[in-house]
Amino acid sequence: MSSTINSSSTNSRAQIKVVHIYPREMSIYGDLGNTRALASRLRWHGYEPVVHQHHPGNDFPADAHLVLGGGGQDSGQARVEDDLAHNADVLRALAADGTPMLMICGMYQLFGNAFITVEGERLPGVGILDVTTQGNAKRMIGPVVLETAYGDVVGYENHSGSTQLAPGQQPFGTVRSGMGNNGTDATEGAVTGNVFGSYLHGPVLPANPRFADALIKLAVERALGEPFVPGAIDDEIADQARTRQVRRLVRR
Amino acid sequence: MAAGKAARAASRLRGGGSALPGLVAERVDPAFLTHALAGLPHGIVVVTGTNGKTTTTKMLVAILRRHGRTVFTNPTGSNFTRGVISSMLGELRLSGRLEADMAVLELDEAHALKFAAAVRPTHALLLNVARDQLDRFAEIDHTAKLLAELAGQTTTGVVLNIDDSFVSRIAGHVAGSGVEVRYFGVDPSIADRLPELQEADVRFEDDFAPPAPTASDGLLKPKDDRMFEVLFGDVPGSADNVGPLELKQRGLAAMINATAATTTAKLLLGNDFRADQAVAALEEVTPPFGRGEVIDADGQPLELVLVKNPVGFTVALGTYGSTPVTSMVAINDNYADGRDVSWLYDVSFESLRDKGVALTSGVRAYDMALRLKYDDVAVAEVEPDLDVALERFLTAYKDEPKRIFCTYTAMMALRRDLAARYGLANFGEEARS
Repeated sequence: MSSTINSSSTNSRAQIKVVHIYPREMSIYGDLGNTRALASRLRWHGYEPVVHQHHPGNDFPADAHLVLGGGGQDSGQARVEDDLAHNADVLRALAADGTPMLMICGMYQLFGNAFITVEGERLPGVGILDVTTQGNAKRMIGPVVLETAYGDVVGYENHSGSTQLAPGQQPFGTVRSGMGNNGTDATEGAVTGNVFGSYLHGPVLPANPRFADALIKLAVERALGEPFVPGAIDDEIADQARTRQVRRLVRR
Repeated sequence: MAAGKAARAASRLRGGGSALPGLVAERVDPAFLTHALAGLPHGIVVVTGTNGKTTTTKMLVAILRRHGRTVFTNPTGSNFTRGVISSMLGELRLSGRLEADMAVLELDEAHALKFAAAVRPTHALLLNVARDQLDRFAEIDHTAKLLAELAGQTTTGVVLNIDDSFVSRIAGHVAGSGVEVRYFGVDPSIADRLPELQEADVRFEDDFAPPAPTASDGLLKPKDDRMFEVLFGDVPGSADNVGPLELKQRGLAAMINATAATTTAKLLLGNDFRADQAVAALEEVTPPFGRGEVIDADGQPLELVLVKNPVGFTVALGTYGSTPVTSMVAINDNYADGRDVSWLYDVSFESLRDKGVALTSGVRAYDMALRLKYDDVAVAEVEPDLDVALERFLTAYKDEPKRIFCTYTAMMALRRDLAARYGLANFGEEARS
């Protein structure tokens, strides 16, 4: 079943279609907060967000301006595998065409080349990000601080997969505190074109508005073919939340 | 054991730290639990699940004591194994054994299994499974598995939530073992209110159908906002029913906890169970510390509401939403709170929008304020320091009713401040009442 929720807006300039992929199966760690944050910020910037939830069994909307995905349980991943394979071509075409996407945790893994289980079974991914994830017995859990192109980014990781970037694959950030992709090479996440993968829950966008607005800028300019005109947003509370976490976690 | 008693005295002097002496004893003598609990004539009951452990345990103990049983329990909400040992140290005879008919222990899902490895419980009451502190439990499926394993360790009887498929399907794990299975749940006439009690967004349709309830299974049937009955055999007016009765604690969640406690007491007491005694006991139970406890703050009521996971916070907002008052929200991210605060985004705060929030506090005060901002809830002030925030909350809003939603360690700190300020009982002092 698919559903589209029109968010009301008073001073809207144009509609931006935000698609959250598998909100039931793959968003148990608050990652729907990313979609909520983007919808609010789009509104505050003067655009009208249209949030669409994509559930398994439907055709993925090819007119998406921004695509978000989150983390789930192993049982949730199993429930979306078939649908993801069915819609892989549409997602790959959207990605190649420059559609901004943010895939967190489990969906980040599924956007890679493959996930190799502890038992050695190879589960193929969508292959948009050139990464491979190896299942581990031990989970990597805890608060994270990254250095990224959008400044310090804070969040929370909770994953058993250990992800390796292929040669030439750009990470999303460098770990200042926490484990990141694998706990060894100080990389976190992956970026290819406008597609971002990361392990950071938190959820990541509310406390990191610079990164959220970068995604919005990409979506708006792609949707409207004109420059993004940001509104005046007071991000003092988000900045406090973020800088306090950085101060707690990073030893200088 | 002497080491543990000394540590208990020392931690008393410093104030707080209800698990510390237990931690010492656990290190000193791993067989401590086994020895102390061996031979309790009427059994060892473990109460576990995501939400309602403390309240339900308190209610069950009250019913059993009302029936004349001597019950050992750990009512401080210190629901790790060492919390049990801590509360036990004060009640041991020189032989190192407990003097009681039975033990009713609240344990969190992981520690319930650790406990069962040392002492097999005779009975288990399994309340529910929901997203909670996924930094510790990783996955809901994993939590459900822990409860199933606990049921497998139980020797005599289990009581299961019939409406929570994660829990009711555990009946399959004990089938054929001779362990008796009883259920509690809501009466079919109020099935539409189940979303107030459990999360639906991570559940999936499956082919599991719970069995039809029997006359031994308790079903909650509310009469209005405060009065309800627990039906046995689903026959209104039957002499087997418990109630109508009214609790001191508000809301549907408290009623379902009372239903679980009543069903379990009936299993434990058998023919000795008396419906009128159960009603009398339940009507006297005061909300446990921080679970809807009402404190007299300079002549105005101050409600302390513990919130620790999406369902709990959603239920609390639903329960108190009909009577909006000036509110403070205090969020810490210590181990006992859950270190990941992502779950705040799985709660809708729209019911706070009209009145706004006076203060956010705790280590993650700014994250809470940010969360509220994204739900268009106005926040008047952010003050991470709990002592400063409480002082300001109590003085700035002196002449009106107030409410504080808080995570576990924030609640402990605030409760300690409030106890000193208004001369309230300290944690643990209820244990011997």
